[in-house]
Amino acid sequence: MTHLLRSAWVIGRRDFTATVFSKAFIFFLIGPLFPVLLGALFGGIGARVASQTEQPKIAVIASAEDYSKLAAAREQLEAAIAGRPVVELVRVAPGGDVALQQRDLLQSKDHPVVGVLTGGLDRPRLTGAVDSRDSTAGQVALLLRAARAPGGAALAVTHTDRSTGSATRSRAITAQSGQMLLFFLTIILAGMTLSQLIEEKSNKVIEVLAAAVPIESIFIGKLFAMLATSLVGIIVWASAAAGAVSLLSGGGTAALPLPAVGALPFLLLTIVYFAMNYLLLGSVFLSIGAQASTVREVQTLSMPVTVAQVLIFGFAALAVGSVDSPLAIGGAVFPLSSPLVMVARAAERPELWPHFIAILWQALWVALIVVVSARLFRRTVLKSGPVRRRWWRRASA
Amino acid sequence: MLRQATGEKAVEATDLVKDFGETRAVDGVSLAVPTASIYGLLGPNGAGKTTTLRILLGIIDPSSGSRRVLGRDRPIDAAPEIGYLPEERGLYPAMHCRDAIAFMGALRGLALAEGRRRADALLAAHGLGDWARKPIRTLSKGMAQTVQLLGTIIHRPRLLVLDEPFAGLDAINQARLEEMIRTEARNGVTVIFSTHVIAHAERLCERIAIIAKGRVAFEGAVDEARATLRPIVRLRTRNADGPWRSAIPADCRREGADWVFELPESGPEPLLRALIDGGAGIETLAIERPGLHDAFVAIAGPRAAAAMVQERTSR
Repeated sequence: MTHLLRSAWVIGRRDFTATVFSKAFIFFLIGPLFPVLLGALFGGIGARVASQTEQPKIAVIASAEDYSKLAAAREQLEAAIAGRPVVELVRVAPGGDVALQQRDLLQSKDHPVVGVLTGGLDRPRLTGAVDSRDSTAGQVALLLRAARAPGGAALAVTHTDRSTGSATRSRAITAQSGQMLLFFLTIILAGMTLSQLIEEKSNKVIEVLAAAVPIESIFIGKLFAMLATSLVGIIVWASAAAGAVSLLSGGGTAALPLPAVGALPFLLLTIVYFAMNYLLLGSVFLSIGAQASTVREVQTLSMPVTVAQVLIFGFAALAVGSVDSPLAIGGAVFPLSSPLVMVARAAERPELWPHFIAILWQALWVALIVVVSARLFRRTVLKSGPVRRRWWRRASA
Repeated sequence: MLRQATGEKAVEATDLVKDFGETRAVDGVSLAVPTASIYGLLGPNGAGKTTTLRILLGIIDPSSGSRRVLGRDRPIDAAPEIGYLPEERGLYPAMHCRDAIAFMGALRGLALAEGRRRADALLAAHGLGDWARKPIRTLSKGMAQTVQLLGTIIHRPRLLVLDEPFAGLDAINQARLEEMIRTEARNGVTVIFSTHVIAHAERLCERIAIIAKGRVAFEGAVDEARATLRPIVRLRTRNADGPWRSAIPADCRREGADWVFELPESGPEPLLRALIDGGAGIETLAIERPGLHDAFVAIAGPRAAAAMVQERTSR
């Protein structure tokens, strides 16, 4: 065992340093940040455009008193539907000829408005490029209704920390978010293990390695080296993402719904389940990739491997919201979907003991896959061991 | 400290068989390599030398048969005490020379820092000191081969397995490698190497195995191999004919003015006496021991010998 682990360490250290200290790794690190940067850039532009186009302006020809009631009603509406555009109101003092005023306002290019509200609160009329069924007219109608009856009992609100309904909903969101995070990170990173043995095969180092260390060590070393490389990337990306969230969102990460096991245990479990998910899928991919002898073969294999990942994710996603269902328990037992299902469980159920069992179960499967992969590699690639003749050939012999 | 051959076996193989599908690459190979000896595997390409070495090292398992390396049934358990130079050289092109050597040592259990220290010393001793911190991809083929060879001995193994180590080396580097092999053996290291160049085996090996078509055609000391053939007598006489002619075999051949024939089993003295008494008038008489090449031809067959010569000239 010592020889196995020491050898795996030597292989893993070489792979890790060869990857992390290469120029290509810089592109690996900044690659995923490009979409985020572009998203923020175009999102900002889009938001600005939206702010210009999605808030229709209504000119209100009314007395100061009526206008102040409408403005107060608008503030209430804006607070109630936070984040969505509400019509903008601009007061225009009534002149001698309201009809002329109205026409001038609708034709004004300096201060364009979509409509003009006349008649005060008693006999309101909205004139302009609006329809009685569209959102602008609807909002103005609501504002008028609220402005006409400002009195009455205000709604009394008593705050409680949580209700069952809200907690279930927020935890389901957390569960989905956790699964999505694991899925995307794994789909981006685990596929790299497919090509891990191509380098050794193409430059003939594989024979040097196979003569010196157990094949299992090569697999373990390469798997953990890629995991460590991925974690370096994730730390960088997570730091960038945390920075972006705190910049763009007032609440930062604190605004995310609280998972059932608690924030810190959930974070730790997410990291562990990412590692297990990576090791499980990575070991399968490494095993498949080890059978390939050319880069072309690896590229051909990458598509079905990605489809398999999506299927596993789809299966695991069914567990969200019903983590005690037979389907979810089946997903937790099936090794390749287990980490995804269990991270959802961590978000939705407070018990920790199932996670210890699941992690042990997953680790057992990682070891099993590595051992089987190594044997398969020795038998099929190195052509090691007795030859199994086809039964029909045995029969005819 | 020098270690001497003790009669113990560094490597023992019994009835090794290896099938690749329907092809039998190794067919009942048995070997016994004494500790601290230089042992050669001779045979043309495709004879099964590399497959035999891979089985001995545990890279592949045999279809049947057993092997024992440095006292262990599982060769991988003895890996820290073995150095292996494969026929197809393999190094990571981006690695620096000293790191590549240290890495090969680390694979065999040598601490990385110590490996780097030894690598610097070895590279300097082999005239590659200036290349220690340069990537492998910048080296010539011969230099890269030297680096790999240094990586093979960096951890001071007890057993060195070299698969076609002379292939691709120029004459100067071949001589250096021969000297290195002798030095390692003097230090008690067992050296097994495969080659298709009989001269290297003849100069270096104490024991050889001649492999042809997956089978061991001969296994023993080089002298024993040569002793499978009778010594050759080369005789030149002043008299073309006479009673002395009955003293030489009827199937002797003429090479110019010389008579060439195998030394009779009775030995040189009766022959000499018969030639003198028969009035041959001996001008010159030479008794030549057959070379390993002649023994190889006799053991493995002329076709295998021709294949070896062809490989040598084509490399």
